[in-house]
Amino acid sequence: MSDNVKFVQGNEACVEGALYAGLNFFAGYPITPSTEVAEALSSRLPQKGGKFIQMEDEIASICAIIGASLTGHKVMTATSGPGFSLMQEGLGYAIMAEIPCVIVNVQRGGPSTGNPTHVSQGDINQARWGTHGDHAVIALTASNHQDVFAITVDAFNLAETYRTPVVLLFDEVLGHMREKLTIPDPGQIPLVERLWTSVKEGVDYHPYLPREDGRLPMSDFGGVHRYNVTGLFHDMWGFPSADPGVVHGLLRHLVDKIYNNENAIARYKEYYMEDARTIFISYGSSARSALHVVEYLRPRGVPIGLLELQTLWPFPSRIVREKCADAQAVVVVEMNMGQILNEVKTAVDRPDSVYLANRIDGTLITPTDIRNILRVIQGKGV
Amino acid sequence: MAVRDYLRERFFPHMWCPGCGHGTILGALLRAVESLGLKKSEMVMVSGIGCSSRISGYVDFHTLHTLHGRALAFATGVKLSRPEVKLMVPMGDGDALAIGGNHFIHAARRNIDMTAIVMNNRIYGMTGGQYSPLTGYGALATTAPYRNIDHGFDVVTLASAAGATFVARTTAYHVQQAKDILQKAIAHKGFSVVEILSQCPTYFGRKNRMGSAVDMLRWFKENTTKIGSKAKAENPDLIERGIFVEKQLPEYCSEYDKVLERAQSGGS
Ligand SMILES: Cc1ncc(C[n+]2csc(CCOP(=O)(O)OP(=O)(O)O)c2C)c(N)n1
Ligand code: SF4
Repeated sequence: MSDNVKFVQGNEACVEGALYAGLNFFAGYPITPSTEVAEALSSRLPQKGGKFIQMEDEIASICAIIGASLTGHKVMTATSGPGFSLMQEGLGYAIMAEIPCVIVNVQRGGPSTGNPTHVSQGDINQARWGTHGDHAVIALTASNHQDVFAITVDAFNLAETYRTPVVLLFDEVLGHMREKLTIPDPGQIPLVERLWTSVKEGVDYHPYLPREDGRLPMSDFGGVHRYNVTGLFHDMWGFPSADPGVVHGLLRHLVDKIYNNENAIARYKEYYMEDARTIFISYGSSARSALHVVEYLRPRGVPIGLLELQTLWPFPSRIVREKCADAQAVVVVEMNMGQILNEVKTAVDRPDSVYLANRIDGTLITPTDIRNILRVIQGKGV
Repeated sequence: MAVRDYLRERFFPHMWCPGCGHGTILGALLRAVESLGLKKSEMVMVSGIGCSSRISGYVDFHTLHTLHGRALAFATGVKLSRPEVKLMVPMGDGDALAIGGNHFIHAARRNIDMTAIVMNNRIYGMTGGQYSPLTGYGALATTAPYRNIDHGFDVVTLASAAGATFVARTTAYHVQQAKDILQKAIAHKGFSVVEILSQCPTYFGRKNRMGSAVDMLRWFKENTTKIGSKAKAENPDLIERGIFVEKQLPEYCSEYDKVLERAQSGGS
């Protein structure tokens, strides 16, 4: 195997993607099944001059990366269920103060301590609505290690483009499974670097004054411009304001900058979709089993396809609606009680033709599980 | 540079009540910064949430106003990623030692170079007078109508035990001492903790019948004494003021440079 071909865990693929994207500050707290991310970065980051710190908890971890992002670094933290719960207030802060950062949640079974060493996709809605207040968030996932690598790079790119936190929702199976990964050459995947302000030293810089294209150029905190950052509603100077016009304008901006770009943020993959009458919609490790079923049934003449979602939030409603327009049945394959199912039902024209194929016992949903559920949906019994 | 030049005047009038001790502490802090000849652009202030934390809005430094209790965690990210800045973290007693207590002891243990200022008014001012971990046994608060049965922390002992390499205490009455101590704390390389007793006439004072702000300041004068004074020997209830700990230990960011060296030379 050449140097850039590796046989790694998904958590290591995420680490490789983050380093490729230019990660240079990581803060975290150990938790299964995400710990390998922190372990790998504790040795890799200092080798390239980056900083790794193990904080006293997940709250401190997300706060530390936000501080480091402000000073001009690409930052990340990684955790699992309970730790992700602790990070919610910090996530809201990063949304409000518009600070780019990447938060990895390698999902395990919940609620509470739940099922630490087993798989689940139970945190999809938490990523969307876990922090309080009206807001928008970007959350991405992938189903194999090559894609975990690429989507991690993408997460950093989107975080910089939209000045926002991006959540990576992996799961225990992906995190721990070993698979081949080919690291692309530098430059092969384009990187989005921080948009720095062109305002000169000594001239007033407004940290929250958007350019014409809506983007907000940044100035490294502690550097040439002095400004204020707060989690309170704030004006273009970053100063707290409860003025109804300011509050309304900022909240609308925070939501619009993501939702007006739903299609641009949407990442998805299509398998055998052209003439599919039955469509699986799936993501993360459950999409592997769904694809297996599609590849089994296709040679047997069944018009079935898979729409694999990589962007979960903002939910790509328009794309799902369009792709499912001619389907007789849409089957959402996921390992929870139907968190994406509800989004799909809302998106499509005929919600009563949308079904759930799920498994929630900490075991990866298998192709056999899916085929059995499909038979039930078709009225054939198992 | 005049003290006034360190202020963001467009941000005034400030939000503190008449007689609040927090403004006096701001004054002492700015005089300390001025005496050290520090430039506005070298200074970073990170604060949490509370009346005390609003101090960051009023200074013309690089300012980061964060979450209740989490200022030291944000500050750790700022300092480790940009070690050349001078960092100060003003906090309320609730902010620093209730919700932020864990971050407080761990920042002290790491000996990361920053100055933590605990503006101790023994009450939650911003939320209207509930008891804090420093209210003390027997005091009244809006959530302790039958008197508080919680015992308070001793900030000095706690910070020293946690590993802070500079630990001091003073009050809003002793403004000259506050300025001198802050000056030393800012110049100190490592984690420094300065507890400054501050008066909240609006809640702690009113609830506990301490009188006006002036009466509360007089209380600081009459109930505190210099470390190791004769008065203390005669009256052990007096609260000591001064520098309790001042020592040099390896600082976190400097130690991290060694980690970088070891990682890059392939050693361990
Ligand atoms: C997570 C969270 N819990 C509670 C609050 C409400 N809150 C705001 S300030 C504060 C306490 C302020 O007291 P202290 O830190 O002692 O500072 P002071 O206002 O007295 O200066 C509380 C409880 C909050 N903002 N965030
Ligand atoms: S409530 Fe107390 S702490 Fe807050 S500004 Fe008023 S006097 Fe100061």
